[in-house]
Amino acid sequence: MAFLKTIREVGKYFHDIYSGVASLMRGMKVTGSYFTRPGSIVTQRYPENRDTLKMFDNFKGELMLIHDENNLHSCNVCNTCARKCPNGSIEIIYKKVEGADGRSKKILDKYVYHLDTCSFCGLCVPACDELALKFDQKFEHAVFDKRKLTKVLNKPGSSSKTTNE
Amino acid sequence: MDIELKEKEEYIINMGPQHPSTHGVLRFELCLLGEQVKYVIPHCGYIHRGIEKMCEHLTYPQLVHLTDRMDYLSAHINNEAVALCVEKSMNVEVSDRVKYIRTILSELTRIASHQLWWSAFGMDLGALTTFFYGLRDREKILDIFEESTGSRLTQSFITPGGLMGDVHPNFQKRVAEFIKYFRKKLPEYDQLLTGNVIFRERTKGIGIMSKEDAIDYGVTGPSGRGSGFHCDIRKIEPYSAYPFVEVNEVTLTEGDTYARYLVRIKEMWESLNILEQLVDNVPAGPIMLELKAIKAPKGEYYQRVETARGELGVYIVSDGGPSPARMKFRSPNFSNLFIINKLAAGHKIADLVAISGSLDLVIPDIDR
Ligand code: SF4
Ligand code: SF4
Repeated sequence: MAFLKTIREVGKYFHDIYSGVASLMRGMKVTGSYFTRPGSIVTQRYPENRDTLKMFDNFKGELMLIHDENNLHSCNVCNTCARKCPNGSIEIIYKKVEGADGRSKKILDKYVYHLDTCSFCGLCVPACDELALKFDQKFEHAVFDKRKLTKVLNKPGSSSKTTNE
Repeated sequence: MDIELKEKEEYIINMGPQHPSTHGVLRFELCLLGEQVKYVIPHCGYIHRGIEKMCEHLTYPQLVHLTDRMDYLSAHINNEAVALCVEKSMNVEVSDRVKYIRTILSELTRIASHQLWWSAFGMDLGALTTFFYGLRDREKILDIFEESTGSRLTQSFITPGGLMGDVHPNFQKRVAEFIKYFRKKLPEYDQLLTGNVIFRERTKGIGIMSKEDAIDYGVTGPSGRGSGFHCDIRKIEPYSAYPFVEVNEVTLTEGDTYARYLVRIKEMWESLNILEQLVDNVPAGPIMLELKAIKAPKGEYYQRVETARGELGVYIVSDGGPSPARMKFRSPNFSNLFIINKLAAGHKIADLVAISGSLDLVIPDIDR
């Protein structure tokens, strides 16, 4: 009996070696098949492909205030976007001017956006009834100086469509 | 903490908080006897951000984006949990379209999460190749997310009352393509790792968790199901579009590291089946409910969902205001973590890496 047991153990020993090597081979077959097919490589060569790299249209990059060709935006300083923001990343600084009808009116002075505290939750864009906001496609946010992350979104010299009417 | 060493040869070392195999800032205090682990004490709190407290200062739609940052690999499912809880409190029901899309996103999230886990688990055990193969396939899912939601990881797309926007017109086509693609690629996972002799030797019979222990410690998700604990919320308490589809719960009875591994591999197949049943049948309908204000009426509400790691419970105490008075998350990883002493004691230190990998811990979810 002891003899049979030894034979079985020896058999198992060799079987284990054989099946172990076979399992390694099966794995190598997968990697080997990709090695011989360079066409199946999916890696992108960033940053070399920077010029051709295009993000999806919906991509949430940086917040921007949409300006048309006449440098007009449509913000009417209602402050909804700033109230909806969970992180206080939007500050609307306005000034009061006298309108044509003699009443004082708020116009946008600075639309301050703190990219450093923005968590890209996307609540601000649909909050705006004037459709004044949009996310652009920038994704390279890294800078050496934190102050650069505080941005003024209305372009210099721009004005609001509503005040011009 | 003062620990008295009972034997001369014992010594205490720290594994983490900056250790690659703890996948985040988790510290294990190990008591070692040579190479053998005598006990493990997990120390957490290194990435505590007070999310529950922060929720008390935010409105319900605002606080959704914080739940992305708990278990960031199950972001959609976390969002869904909050959304479902708030909807339950207001006694409203979203359209079938929203339900279908939510469930498709959740199942894609589950696959993506298991893919990353598979990649990292192989790497923990010394197989670097798995990392490239897993991430290659995960990228396809992240692209689908990015096209529709604008973000790859922390989407904040599912919100109380519906969705933040409609999905991209390509969505269904791309999901159907992915199902076909991944059906072809998933067998490679078995060839590369599951059948591998070194991998099997290192996982079989290691860290055996009994069904009783799983229930006692509240280990849910694939880790609990590897021990035969029927804990799949999709089956027990179907939510969203799960009542419309056939969900097969994957359970194994061995309870060792290898069983927990197999459960996740089988769950990926199962998720593909669920996706296939949903993707061609997405009905038309509104994507957002017309609600005057999104706030929970006075009372207490609880909703649980099945994330990629187990049962996530959201508990809201509301005083009727725009923000919750108290918000509590029952996070799966917190409960799954503390069984590690029971599993690892007596094993070698290298087995501890395999065991903690097989529990699939995401540290920000433990600390919140
Ligand atoms: S951007 Fe839109 S929401 Fe924000 S203040 Fe201007 S008009 Fe209001
Ligand atoms: S994306 Fe969210 S955090 Fe960022 S500015 Fe808009 S509302 Fe604020």
